[in-house]
Amino acid sequence: MASRKAAGAEPGRQRLIRHKGLRDLIMNRYLYLLVLPAVLFSIVFAYLPLVGLAIAFQDFNPIKGIFGSKFIGLDNFKFFFRGHDWLIITGNTVMFNLMFIVTGTICALTIAIVLTELGKNLFVRTMQSVMILPNFISWPIVGLFSVAFFTADTGVINRFLSSLSFGTIDFYTDAKVWPFIFVLLNIWKTAGFGAIVYMAAIVGIDKEMYEAARIDGATRMQSIFRITLPMLKSTIVMLFLLSLGGIFGGNLEMVYSLVGDNSFLYQTTDTIDTYVFRSLRTAGSLGMSQAVSLYQSVVGFILVVLANKLAKKVDEDSAIF
Amino acid sequence: MNGTKLDKTLNVIFYIFAAGFSLLCLYPFLLVVISSFTDEVTLQQNGYSLFPEKFSIAAYEAIFNTSTIPVAYLVTIFVAVVGTFLSLVLTSTAAYALSGRRLYYATPIALFFYFTMLFSGGMVSSYILVTKYLHLQNTIWVYILPSLLAPWNMFLMRNFFNEIPAGLFEAAKIEGAGELKILTRIVLPLSLPALATIGLFYALAYWSSWTPAMLYIDNPKLFSLQYIIMQIIRNIDMAQTIAVNGVPQGTTPVAPAYTVRLATAMVTVGPIIFLYPYLQRYFVGGLKVGAIKG
Repeated sequence: MASRKAAGAEPGRQRLIRHKGLRDLIMNRYLYLLVLPAVLFSIVFAYLPLVGLAIAFQDFNPIKGIFGSKFIGLDNFKFFFRGHDWLIITGNTVMFNLMFIVTGTICALTIAIVLTELGKNLFVRTMQSVMILPNFISWPIVGLFSVAFFTADTGVINRFLSSLSFGTIDFYTDAKVWPFIFVLLNIWKTAGFGAIVYMAAIVGIDKEMYEAARIDGATRMQSIFRITLPMLKSTIVMLFLLSLGGIFGGNLEMVYSLVGDNSFLYQTTDTIDTYVFRSLRTAGSLGMSQAVSLYQSVVGFILVVLANKLAKKVDEDSAIF
Repeated sequence: MNGTKLDKTLNVIFYIFAAGFSLLCLYPFLLVVISSFTDEVTLQQNGYSLFPEKFSIAAYEAIFNTSTIPVAYLVTIFVAVVGTFLSLVLTSTAAYALSGRRLYYATPIALFFYFTMLFSGGMVSSYILVTKYLHLQNTIWVYILPSLLAPWNMFLMRNFFNEIPAGLFEAAKIEGAGELKILTRIVLPLSLPALATIGLFYALAYWSSWTPAMLYIDNPKLFSLQYIIMQIIRNIDMAQTIAVNGVPQGTTPVAPAYTVRLATAMVTVGPIIFLYPYLQRYFVGGLKVGAIKG
């Protein structure tokens, strides 16, 4: 609209330049100037590093640099996929994310339904505020909090267990317990915040449906299961599919804050991100770290595109692109 | 009859569930606050407890008598304030230009940003870029520059700008206002909830940042609060140093090393908890604007 008006003001120039895009670049030059800093930023910090993906195919030597290091084809990948590490870190990454998505959705949904059923009063609003709060606490802080719970002698959990005369758990050497702890802490941190989206969707449901159901003698439970949940189905499916695209993504902050470089626990806690992060800080091969990153990026990209395709099939409007 | 009775029971169950989960969310905070005010010896003997036998503020004295935490505080505040400001400038200018589908190239430019969310060059590339080419290591800017723009936030803001009636822009244009003036005088003042929401997201990201310190910073004067937290979680030596140096000799039998860790956590989350009630009403409204699509 705006550009057409502006174009009308300068008819001579408009006729001179035939190319539609070029004309727009001149017409709206100030708007393009406004977006330029962000574009330059992305070129430097997001597109330039793509050149570095070449390192994945090199015997990278930091002194010789990207353009001087020896090209070794797929050797880095061969080395990575020959060992068992790739199975462990891929398995852990995918499993954590899947568990987070499923449990997170269920909990956020339950909280959203319970809070809307309770209506709006000061007490309910306060409870909601408290539930959202953990979302704003960084993982390092959660990691420090968790020490109070998991330490061998003074930790809350072990003191509780020993007061009931059960045996204690040595959390920082016991690999089995961590997947459960991750899931529980993820719920603790994200469920309250995740409920906001579902609450907004519930508000959008036509109130007359509940009214009609009530007149027909439906109980509250029936209203929840026959009206609220079916009406939320598309929102749930959508969010679920879109988050599926991220199951190759990292949980570096979480895992590293909670367990750090604890080699006792790698079997169940090491993920793709922590693996790359560790090899970056220790004297690992940069070429191989980069090969792992590339593997993560490519599979992750394919998953996002697939998830988006699926989402489009379910509901035309919900796809991102 | 039976139905309403059931509904009432259900209400009680819902209240118990909601209250229970809220308490679970609150409990760790309470435990750490109270433990940070607990006497070191009591903590070591009786463990973490909501009702300690003996209180003490030795940990907080130690923190503020030594320079490590106060310096890290200044670093973190600088990063959060300057970073959030610069991020909001970069985000809102781009979001404004792409809003309302005024540009012929709006869609390709949006895709250009969207792609950066999907595909990354990996940590090794970023590391080489930052250390070999930009030479940001051991400067405070390494916390800020690489994370100036989060495309997701940019799209969120663009969607918010899309809702502003186009007539407002046109009227201002006829009056002779330039794009920058329209953005700063009309669009931004109308978008305070969006600015607050997205500013909060950026501020929290900067406040929580520790990986740059771990990868790029050797100078202890430039450590961020969260990095210090990361260090003292597993390395009691650092807390021990603060505790020993911060408490005058002979005033306490044991240096409050464990409580110093908890007190550090408390001074780190403190600002968030204090600002939280003021910001909360904004972001619940701002979030309804929706996701990337638009």
